[in-house]
Amino acid sequence: MTTTLTTVPHRRPGLRRLRLLGQGPLFAASVAVLVLLVPAALLAPLLAPYDPEALDLGASLVGTSGDHLLGTDQSGRDILSRLLHGARTGLLGPLLVVGVSTLLGTLVGVVAAWRGGWADTLLSRAMDLVFSVPGLMLAILLVAVTGPGMTAPVVAMSVAYTPYVGRLVRGIARQEKARSYIEAYVVQGWSGWTVCVRHLLPNIAPTVLAQSAMNFGYALMDLAALSYLGFGVQPPTADWGAMINEGQGAVLQGAMLPALAPSACIVLAVVAFGIVGEGIADRIARREK
Amino acid sequence: MTTAPDTPVLEIDGLGLRLPDDRAARPILDGVSLTVRAGETVGLVGESGSGKSVACRSVLGLLPRGARTTGRVLVGGEDVLTMGRARLAALRAREVAMVFQDPRASVNPLRRVGDFLTEGLRASGTPAAEATARAEELLDAVGIRDPRGALRRHPHQFSGGMLQRVVIAAALAAEPALLVADEPTTALDVTTQAEVVSILARLRAERGTGMLFVTHDLELASAVCDRVYVMYAGRIVEARSTGDLFDRPRHPYTAGLLACTPRIEAGAPAPRPVPGRPVSLAEAPPGCSFAARCAHAVARCTEEKPEPARHGDGFAACHRADEGIAL
Amino acid sequence: MTRFLLGRLLGLAAVLFVTSVVVFGTIHLAPGDPVTFLLHGRPATPETVAALRAEHHLDDPLVTQYGKWLGGVLTGDLGRSAQYHQDVTALLGSRLPGTALLVGYAALLVAVLGVGAGLLAALRPGLLDRTVLIGTGIATATPSFVLAIALVSLFSVRLGWFPGPGGGVAEGIGARLHQLTLPALALALTFAGLLARVTRSAVLDELGRDHVEVARARGVPGRTVVRRHVLRNALGPVVTVGGTMLAGLLISTSIVETAFDVPGLGSLLVQSVTAQDFAVVQAVTLLSVAAFVLVNLAVDLLVPLIDPRLSPGEGSS
Repeated sequence: MTTTLTTVPHRRPGLRRLRLLGQGPLFAASVAVLVLLVPAALLAPLLAPYDPEALDLGASLVGTSGDHLLGTDQSGRDILSRLLHGARTGLLGPLLVVGVSTLLGTLVGVVAAWRGGWADTLLSRAMDLVFSVPGLMLAILLVAVTGPGMTAPVVAMSVAYTPYVGRLVRGIARQEKARSYIEAYVVQGWSGWTVCVRHLLPNIAPTVLAQSAMNFGYALMDLAALSYLGFGVQPPTADWGAMINEGQGAVLQGAMLPALAPSACIVLAVVAFGIVGEGIADRIARREK
Repeated sequence: MTTAPDTPVLEIDGLGLRLPDDRAARPILDGVSLTVRAGETVGLVGESGSGKSVACRSVLGLLPRGARTTGRVLVGGEDVLTMGRARLAALRAREVAMVFQDPRASVNPLRRVGDFLTEGLRASGTPAAEATARAEELLDAVGIRDPRGALRRHPHQFSGGMLQRVVIAAALAAEPALLVADEPTTALDVTTQAEVVSILARLRAERGTGMLFVTHDLELASAVCDRVYVMYAGRIVEARSTGDLFDRPRHPYTAGLLACTPRIEAGAPAPRPVPGRPVSLAEAPPGCSFAARCAHAVARCTEEKPEPARHGDGFAACHRADEGIAL
Repeated sequence: MTRFLLGRLLGLAAVLFVTSVVVFGTIHLAPGDPVTFLLHGRPATPETVAALRAEHHLDDPLVTQYGKWLGGVLTGDLGRSAQYHQDVTALLGSRLPGTALLVGYAALLVAVLGVGAGLLAALRPGLLDRTVLIGTGIATATPSFVLAIALVSLFSVRLGWFPGPGGGVAEGIGARLHQLTLPALALALTFAGLLARVTRSAVLDELGRDHVEVARARGVPGRTVVRRHVLRNALGPVVTVGGTMLAGLLISTSIVETAFDVPGLGSLLVQSVTAQDFAVVQAVTLLSVAAFVLVNLAVDLLVPLIDPRLSPGEGSS
């Protein structure tokens, strides 16, 4: 077996060759933003100068100062501390959504592509169906039933994002399956499961990763929108979307920071995920050429 | 046109074309000269990358982005390279027409065939009804049945060969003095190829149009053309009348091209490929660019660029052209 | 053609059927007894419980319940709103025009800004192209509620050009449009950025095609080439993506209408979720999905008109 293996056309780029840096300053900056966000979220309790939920009605809407680097909100809570803590829910939600939808989508996509026939028809139709209902709608419906909190939006978004991954995986898995190296393994008597896990998946992983990075940004936006509407994490827990909602009143009074600071965080994170995702996708496209 | 009757319809005179240095180390075209007289069919033959397509596109003033040119491209005595935008549009609409390689890609798939045929005429000011009538006539001339119905159909409803007939009809719409055909049969089946070539030959003969026929196929060129120019790495290496070129090629590259064409006659030698590969844009050999692949190369060939010189009824650019080459 | 249309209509019916089952079923998915859910905290007197059980046919088997509910939906009986004490149909009717106006306004902005910016970027490479790329990159990454805050703080708090959130419904169509400009912009910009990108790449694709060079080689003037060949051919992907955006616009109204306090279906949905006014949630969900599916059908029917190669039942002869 080992002797025949070497004659099989071997094409397994994997993830190692995707150098994350060296793709231009914008890409590097985006990676830096993402790399900084994670420890900020993880170490929020240590980094935050104040308790994010401590009210100080005497210090309502204080501007930037030595005490409060980004000022305070209407209830006198330190905005920087709330931002740092908000990064936790802000990143955890999309992480769950992207994790679940990537796993589920890859599974559905690979099974549909590998099996073909009625399994493909059934799974593809199911994905079309989910695709035809907007994720936000699904989430709102679910919240209406189960009440607000992180769970309903995350579950709904995971379902809604699955077809995006599933359709992509099905497409590229069908292409890969048609290539001769996969056929060579099948002819040699390897089981479909082994070939999928050991050869097909590593080959489609970079493309899926690119899609997931972009989905992360969109999921972050959608979940922030839901918590802005009051359907996500409940007050007084710090969350970017909810902070923008609470900061709206302050905007009308001329205080921009309470709403602007979390807004900037969201836009920055989404832009960074978008650039990283597109950068990886570009790189794959160039390599395919 | 108001030029004297003996003015060639096309005269390319010492045409050189360079791209910015980061895109090509050597000139794309270097001292290309060729002539097409009225009613004459002239072949331009070379491998892909030899610059034949760039040369024939320059006749219409279609140059690659950022290209710098030297020399002249005279159509009816006027230099295309110095023409203004409006004059160039008029030239393209009236005097020179081009047939491209792939008919499927040449025609906008979303528009009706009639639109494609009349577009050039309408652009040069022909009224709609007249243009339609002319389009029907042309389709009939290239052998498409039910021309009126064909005008209303879309390109995807035609086969490749039929579509190339449409493209030829469109090229002839304005009665151009010169037709440039850039590999017009390469994308077609062998049987359709023969039909398209015969249509081109017939129309050219009927209308007295001059034709520049670009191809990589020397055999095909010999069947269609009165004279043939052979191009290699941006230079014309040999030019002569078709019969003479076949009987007695003077340039080793021409000889090589002839030797690698498979033949079906009994007792013919097996095809021999030209060894090596064409010169890429990144290399700029100091001497003859064919020297590296040439069986007859001597030391002088790699040092000194051979200038075209008269040999027989044409010319060749080879230091050893006099000595005679055994095929 | 008829077969194609029939197939599409069947697919549409399937989506609507599944949606209706899901929407109907959610009430039974809720933890605990549906009655407790429907009461949501109101005192459970035997009378109210009996009324609710009768209204929702809770004593019938599930299939009969669904049948009766669906029969009601199809005849325009969408139940009663608990928070407004009003028929849901009438409530939706009063909120629909506001949302329709907002979505229409935003769709117009998306089309004009998106296609305009995309064309500009594709046809004028260089600085303009790069500016558009950066602008659309930021626009697509900015959620509508963030845009809402930014627009309000700039145009109504600082400059005072447009009214801020609230303030009721203005009289007269001119004043109404003026009032809806900021909400429409907040709704439109994200989608416009996306459409600009799609337009740009579609136009660039077409500009690189052989037939465009052929048209130039035939002496067709540059403007005519762009209009007849490039723009016409780029229309397909733009219409397809634009169509799917209409659904996105519709659902995003729930965010923008909440941010700007616009009385419409979107803000109604959000209020009803918060107030657990379930009949309204069901109705708005059904209506949105129906609108979404119909828009997709319209796009499917429109695309063959743009690209004859995609005509159903079209074979080469």
